[in-house]
Amino acid sequence: MAHFTKATSIHDWLNQRLAVDKVEKVLATEYWIPKNINFLWAMGMILAVTFGLLLISGIFLLMYYKPDTKLAFDSVNYTIMSQVGYGWLWRHVHAVAASVVFLIIYIHMFTAIYYGSYKKGREMIWISGMLLFVTFSAEAFSGYMLPWGQMSYWAGMVITNIFSMGSLNLNGLVEWIRGGYVPGDAYLTRFFMLHVVLLPLVIMALIVFHFAALRIPHVNNQDGEEIDFEEESAKYLAGSTRQSKVIRFQFDFLSKDILVLGFFFIFFFYLVFYHFEFAMDPVNFDPANGLKTPTHIYPEWYFLWSYEILRPFPKNPGLIAFGFAQVIFFLLPFLDRSPNAVPAGRRGIFKVWFWLLLINMVALTILGKLPPVGIYTTYGTIAAYFFIGLWIALPIVTKLEKPIGGK
Amino acid sequence: MKELKILLIVIFFALLTYWGVEPFAHSKMHKHVEDNKFSYVDLPPLTKKGDATRGKALVMGAGACVGCHSIKAAGIPAPMDPNTAAASYGVNPPDLSNVGALMDERFLAELIKNPTKALILEHKFDGKTRVFPMPSFMGAGGDKEQEVADMVAYLKKISNKEVSPKEAYVTSCGRCHANRYGKYEQIGFVPKTKSNIKTNQDIDLLKFKEKVADYQGNLAEYMGKLPPDLSIMIRARSEDFMKTFIEDPQSQLKGTAMPRVGLTNEGYEKVMKYLEETGDPSKPARDALGIKVIGFFVIFTILALLWKKSVWRDLH
Repeated sequence: MAHFTKATSIHDWLNQRLAVDKVEKVLATEYWIPKNINFLWAMGMILAVTFGLLLISGIFLLMYYKPDTKLAFDSVNYTIMSQVGYGWLWRHVHAVAASVVFLIIYIHMFTAIYYGSYKKGREMIWISGMLLFVTFSAEAFSGYMLPWGQMSYWAGMVITNIFSMGSLNLNGLVEWIRGGYVPGDAYLTRFFMLHVVLLPLVIMALIVFHFAALRIPHVNNQDGEEIDFEEESAKYLAGSTRQSKVIRFQFDFLSKDILVLGFFFIFFFYLVFYHFEFAMDPVNFDPANGLKTPTHIYPEWYFLWSYEILRPFPKNPGLIAFGFAQVIFFLLPFLDRSPNAVPAGRRGIFKVWFWLLLINMVALTILGKLPPVGIYTTYGTIAAYFFIGLWIALPIVTKLEKPIGGK
Repeated sequence: MKELKILLIVIFFALLTYWGVEPFAHSKMHKHVEDNKFSYVDLPPLTKKGDATRGKALVMGAGACVGCHSIKAAGIPAPMDPNTAAASYGVNPPDLSNVGALMDERFLAELIKNPTKALILEHKFDGKTRVFPMPSFMGAGGDKEQEVADMVAYLKKISNKEVSPKEAYVTSCGRCHANRYGKYEQIGFVPKTKSNIKTNQDIDLLKFKEKVADYQGNLAEYMGKLPPDLSIMIRARSEDFMKTFIEDPQSQLKGTAMPRVGLTNEGYEKVMKYLEETGDPSKPARDALGIKVIGFFVIFTILALLWKKSVWRDLH
C-alpha cells in the first residue's frame, strides 16, 4: 500500500493520488517533438479540434433532430434552421466541419506520404490513421443520410447496393443492411444510431490508438533525420534549448499549433458564414422521394475519387477496382520497398510517383463529379487505370531506389 | 520561405479540386440558359395607349374578367371559393389586384388575347382535345388592340401600390405551390385555430386540411402531379435556375405543365425575397455575426503569433 501524507495543497493532494506531475511530464512538458518541422505538422491538432467542433455542434443538433422519415427533413430544415436559437449556426458548423475535416485528413495523409512518415517503425501510425480515415468515411456517410433529402435517399440506395457484390447478387444482404427493400424508417434510425453513438465511440478509441502508436517511434521531421530523443531532450533540459533538436510539446510545439489553428479558424468560419454551399448540396434540399431519381447522383467531394474508380468499369471489375482502392492505402508501408525514410523530394523516382498520385487523385475527384458522358468517361477510365497502375508500380519503383548513404 | 512555398502548393491543389468539383462540374451538369431579363421579347409590344376608365368598364363588363377572377382591390369578390373553382377549372383563378404591378404589360396583353401563348402552354392545350379554362378575348366590338391596352391600363392602375413579397408569392405562385414553412397552403394561409381542450381535437384545422386535400386533388389532376412545396426551393435550386425557369419554365424543363407567369424583374425579386424569408431566414443573422466571429479569430491569431514568437525566442 502506498504511503500517503497530509496534503500541503490541492495540487499535492491530487499528486499523491493521481501523479498529476508525472502525467503532465509524460503527456505534455516532456513529450518531445522534433524542432525541424513546418506547419503541416499542425494538421493533427487541427483534426482533433475539428473533431471537437463536430462533436459539440452534433450534440446541439441532436437535441432537435428527429430520426423519422416523416419528420427528419423538416426537423433539420425548419426547426433547426429557423426555430432554434443559433440552430443555423450549429448546422452550418457541422456541415462545413464535416467537409473540411476531410480536406485536412487528405493534407495530413499526403504529408505522411511525402515525408515517409509511414516507414521505419511508424507503420502502426499509418495503419491506425487509415482506420480513422475509414471510420470517418462511415461517419460522414451515415450523417449524410440524416436530413433525408433526395441525395441522402439516393446516395444511400446506391451505396448500400454495393453490398450486393455485383454478380453474386447478395440482395438478401442489402435488404438486411437497409432493414427493408428500399431505404425507409428502419434504415434511417439505424444510420442515426451509427452516426451518433457507435461510430463516434470507435473514432474516439481510434484517436487514442493513433496517439499511442506515435509514442515509441516519435513524430517524424521534415528531413527524415533520425533523432536520438534521449540525448537531445537531455540537452534541452540542461538548458541548451537552441542546440537541441527537440522541443517540448507544451508549450513549444503547442504555441506553433495554436498559431496555425488561428489561421485555420479564420478560413473555417469564413466558410461557415459566407461560403457553406459547397458543403450542403442543393439536391439534398428536396425531400427524399423514392419515385423520383435525381438527374445526377454523386457523393460528397471527398468520396469522389473512389467513386470514379468504381464507375468507369463494368459491374464486377468496377467493384474489384473499388475494393482495391479502399484497401490499397493500408498497404502503403509494405508496398514501399525502399529503405529510405526521407522526404520524397530526395528519393528520385518516388518523387515523381508522389506527385503523379496527387494529380491522379485530384483528377479522379473532379471526374467523379462530372456526368459520365462523352470524353469524361474516357478520361475517367484512363485515370482509374492509372491509379491502379501507380500502386502496382510502387514496389518496383521503390525497389529500384538507391539507398541513401549515411543517415 | 520554405513554409510559404508549401502553403502555396497546398492552396493550389485545394483550389484546383474545389474549382473542379464545384463551379466547373456544375457548369457541365446543368444546361446553360440565357435569361432575357424578363423582357418578354417574344411577345408583341403594346401599340396603343390604354385608358384606365374605359379599361375598367371592359374588365367589369364585356371583357368578362370578373366572371372568374376576384379583384379585391376594387371590391369584387371571388365568384366561387377556391375549392369550387379548382373543381371547375383545375386551379383557382388568381385575384387581379396585384397583377398589374407584378407582371409585364406585354405578357398581360397577350394573356388576354391568347392565354396559352402567353403562358407557353400550347403543348398542353391544343384547343381541340384539351381546352384552356381561360378563353381568349375576342374583342368587344371596337379596336381590339385598344381594348386590350385599356384593360392592361386599368389593371396597372388598381395595383398602383407597394406589393409585399408575401402578396407577390400568393398571386404569382401560391395557387399551385404550398409553402409549409411560411404556413401557406394553395387555398390560403393556415388559420389560427384552437383545439377542444376536452377532446384535444382541432376540428377547424381538420376542416381546413380537408379543403386543402380536396383542392390539391383537383390541382394534381389538372397539372399531372402536385406542384412542389416551395418552402426551401431557394436552397434546392441555383439562382440562375430560378431566374431562367421562372422566366420561361420550358427553357429548363421541356414539356412541364408549369406556365410562364410573366413576372417583371421587380416582381421576380419580390417573389425571391419571400422564398428567402421562408427558405433561408438566417441570412441576416449570418451576415451580421460572421464578421464578428472572423474578427475575433483575427485577433486570436495575432495574439497566437506574439505568443509563439515569445516561446520560440529561446529555441532558435
